[in-house]
Amino acid sequence: MGRVVVEVMPKPEILDPQGKAVVGALPRLGFTQFTGARQGKRFELEVEGAVTPEVLAAAREAAETLLSNPIIEDVVRVADASEETA
Amino acid sequence: MALDSARIGVVTFPGTLDDRDAARAVRLAGGEPVSLWHGDADLQGVDAVVLPGGFSYGDYLRAGAISRFAPMMDVLVDAAKGGLPVLGICNGFQVLTEAHLLPGSMIKNDHLHFVCRDQQLRVENAETAWTRDYTAGQTITVPLKNQDGQYVADERTLDELEAEGRVAFRYLGGNPNGSRRDIAGVTNAAGNVVGLMPHPEHAVEKGFGPDSADGARAGVDGLGFFTSILSSLVHA
Repeated sequence: MGRVVVEVMPKPEILDPQGKAVVGALPRLGFTQFTGARQGKRFELEVEGAVTPEVLAAAREAAETLLSNPIIEDVVRVADASEETA
Repeated sequence: MALDSARIGVVTFPGTLDDRDAARAVRLAGGEPVSLWHGDADLQGVDAVVLPGGFSYGDYLRAGAISRFAPMMDVLVDAAKGGLPVLGICNGFQVLTEAHLLPGSMIKNDHLHFVCRDQQLRVENAETAWTRDYTAGQTITVPLKNQDGQYVADERTLDELEAEGRVAFRYLGGNPNGSRRDIAGVTNAAGNVVGLMPHPEHAVEKGFGPDSADGARAGVDGLGFFTSILSSLVHA
């Protein structure tokens, strides 16, 4: 079974209320070194068999049409999960 | 067309909450509501469509993102581009932006809280199919209830919307969610597709609306949306 990873982030110019809440909470736990946080999404798409270039192309298309909204988000990564470094 | 023969479709998605209130608003205005199911690719010959509020598909992925690909939306997008009047309320507005029938998008409220209150709005554009019974500059009060209500678009899009008079409604008395330029609702260039986050369908009958000068829960400022579409259809 193959797996494709798709990562989506809010566009830099779009205020990220969730990231703002996270960065507000960090200092309360003593993590004072983090000055910003942005929260995105990670999808793992599973396929029968290997992750071929065709599968990656389809994942890219799915990322642009359904998994992200280009008005507010950027697709920052579409990759074969087996090539991820730990 | 006679007023009482106008048939207004109200689409139900899984997770829609306000379809019955929208249908009731259509009826109180004098039209005939027609229930439409998201899974059917058939508009049943309706004269206009309301996409009501709620949390279709639990707002999973993004508000309105999954509903936007329902079979009903395929036919609705084509019909709207052909001039069919469509009103998106709250989640319906989010579906319309995801379908690219209206510009911009909604993200989580800047304060991260669900907000539920009676909200003052200024009607900025009283020439759309859904606002012709109002006057430009008129103040109305209707309920507002959402979590992902912060309207965003890039500066160029916002400037275009302002220049073309396509900001249909603006929040008055404080911006409840951080929406850019206090925008509560927008229209397409043709004026047949209108979307807004507040809920006019909850302010259509005395005793069940917001408090008003006429008494507690007496506000019926939202009824104008539904009488507007009926008169638009009569004059079409």
